[in-house]
Amino acid sequence: MKNKNSKGLLTALPFLMPSIGGFLLISLIPILFSLALSLTSYSGLKGLDIFSAEFWQQNFVGFENYQKIFSGSEFWDSLLHIGYFIILYIPLMLASSLGIATLLNKPRKGSVFFRVLFYIPVLTSWVAGAIIWRWVLDPQYGVLNDLLAKVGIQGPGWLQDGNWAMVGIVLASVWKDMGFYGLIFLGGLKNINPEYYEAAQMDGAGKTQKFFKITMPLLSPIIYFALVLSLINAFMIFAQVMIMTGGGPYGSTEVIVERIYNYAFHYHKMGYASALSWILFAIVFVLTFIQQKAQKKWVNYDA
Amino acid sequence: MMLKKSNNIFGAVRFYVFALIIGLLIAVPFYWMAITSLKTESAVLTYPIEWIPTEVTLENYASLFSSFSFGRIVLNSCIVSVAYTFVALVSCCMAAFAFAKLPFRGRDTILKIFIATLMIPAQSTLVPLFMIFNGMGLTNSYFSVILPSLFRVTGIFMLVQNMKTIPNDYIDAARIDGASYFKILFRIIVPLLGPAVATVGIITFMDSWNEYLWPLVMLTDTDMMTLPVALSTLSGMYERNFGVQMAGSLISIIPIVIVYLAAQRRFKDGLSLGGIKG
Repeated sequence: MKNKNSKGLLTALPFLMPSIGGFLLISLIPILFSLALSLTSYSGLKGLDIFSAEFWQQNFVGFENYQKIFSGSEFWDSLLHIGYFIILYIPLMLASSLGIATLLNKPRKGSVFFRVLFYIPVLTSWVAGAIIWRWVLDPQYGVLNDLLAKVGIQGPGWLQDGNWAMVGIVLASVWKDMGFYGLIFLGGLKNINPEYYEAAQMDGAGKTQKFFKITMPLLSPIIYFALVLSLINAFMIFAQVMIMTGGGPYGSTEVIVERIYNYAFHYHKMGYASALSWILFAIVFVLTFIQQKAQKKWVNYDA
Repeated sequence: MMLKKSNNIFGAVRFYVFALIIGLLIAVPFYWMAITSLKTESAVLTYPIEWIPTEVTLENYASLFSSFSFGRIVLNSCIVSVAYTFVALVSCCMAAFAFAKLPFRGRDTILKIFIATLMIPAQSTLVPLFMIFNGMGLTNSYFSVILPSLFRVTGIFMLVQNMKTIPNDYIDAARIDGASYFKILFRIIVPLLGPAVATVGIITFMDSWNEYLWPLVMLTDTDMMTLPVALSTLSGMYERNFGVQMAGSLISIIPIVIVYLAAQRRFKDGLSLGGIKG
C-alpha cells in the first residue's frame, strides 16, 4: 500500500512540477523573504545577499519598521483614505450592480447588447480606464463638468481638489466595476427557483414583498461575498490612484499599495516597504478569514 | 388580461429607460475617449467643449507610432500575453490532471495550500519578487513578466472541477492501449474539456493583457514596455496632451473587446466565476 502511494506521487510529480515551481518562486519564497526583509533597514535593489551573516549584521533592526509605521500618521492616513473610499464606493457599487442584475434578469430584446456594453469597462485595463477618467474629470475641459454645467451645477475641481479627488476615484471605480458585480448578481438571480415567486404570488405577495422576502434572503450570500471581495479589493487599489492623482493633491489620496510602491521604487526603502506589505497581507488575511467563517452561517443552499 | 398587457408594456418601457441611462453612463467616457483621439491638439483644449469634432484627424495616432514607437509596444503586449497564456494553460492543465485524476499521498493538502495562496495579495510579494528577479538579471526581459504564469491557482481550480466530471473509463482504456499519462492528458482530456480550457485561456489572456503593477516594476525600458505600462508613462510625459493619451487607450482596449466578443458564447457563467481574483 505504501509502495503504491509513493509510486502515485512519482507519477504525479512531473505534472505538478511547473505549478509547484511557480508556487515556490512567486508565492512562498517571496512572502517569507518579505517577512525577513521587513525586519531590516535594507535600501538596495538586489536581494540575493540576504543569506549572508554580514547582511543581517548591517541591516537588522527588529520591529523598528512596524513601530515607525504604527506610530507615524502616514499609515493611519492611508487607512482613512481607504475608509473614505469604501464608504462612498460600496453603496454606489451595490446599488448600480444590483440595478444592472435586475435589469438583465428578464430576457428582452437588446439585453445581450446591454450586457456586453455594461461589461466593457471590466475588460478595459485600469490604466486606460484611469486615463480616460482623468480626462472626463478635467475641471475645465472635461465632459462631466460640462454636463453638470448644463443642469446649472458648477462642478468641483475633482482630482485637483483635495476634498473631491477621492470622490473622482470612486466614480471611476464604480464605472469600472459595476458590470463585474452586476454579472455576479445576475448569476445569483438566475439561480433562484421560480417556484418561490409563484408560491408567493398565490399567497398574494406584492412585488416589494417578493423582493425583500425572497430575492434578498436568497441573494444574501452572493451580496455578502461581493461585499467582502470589494472590501479586500479596496485595500489594494493602486492603478487608479497612481494614474489619476499619484496620491495627491497634498497626499489626500495616498493609499497602502501606492505607499508600498513609492517607498520601494522611489525611495528604495525595501525594509519599510516590506513591513507595509506584511501589514497589507495581514489585513487581507483577516478579511478572508472572517468571510470564510461567516459564510458558513450565511450560505443558503435552498436557492 | 388588458391589465397584464399594459403591465408588460410598462415593464418594457422601464427596462429600456433604465438600460439606456446606465448604458449612457458607461458609454459617455468611451465616446469622449474616441472623439478626443480624433481631434486636433488645439480642438482638445477648447471651451466650450466640442461634443462632435468639427475637424477629424488621425495625427494623434500618427504621433503615437512615430514618436513613441507604439508598434513595438503593441507587439510586446501581444508576445507577452500569448506566451503568458500558453505557459499558464500548460501548467494549469498538468496540475489539474494530477489533482483530479492521479491518486497520490498529500494530494488534498497540496491543493489546499495552493488555494490558500489566494489570500496572499500580489502587492504583498511585489518588493521581494522584484529583488529576486532583479538579482537574477531579469529586469527588462519578456521572461520576467511571463514566468509568473506558471502558478495560477484560479485556473488550476476551475480545471480540476471540470476534469473530475470526465469518467475514469477514458483514462483506463487508454492506459490499456499503452498510452502515457502525458498523451492521455493532451490528446484525450484537454480536447474533451475544450470549452473549459478556452474559458480559462481567455480569462488568463485578458488578465495578462491588462496587468499593470508587475510589468511596471520589471519593464522600465521603453522598448520593452507592455501597453498598460507604456500608457501610464505616456500619461506622465504628455500630461496635457489628451489626444495622444486617448488614442493610446483606445488602441489598448480594442483587441480585448474583440477577444471578448468572439468568446461571448463560450463565456456566459464561466467569466464571472473565473474573474474572481484579487
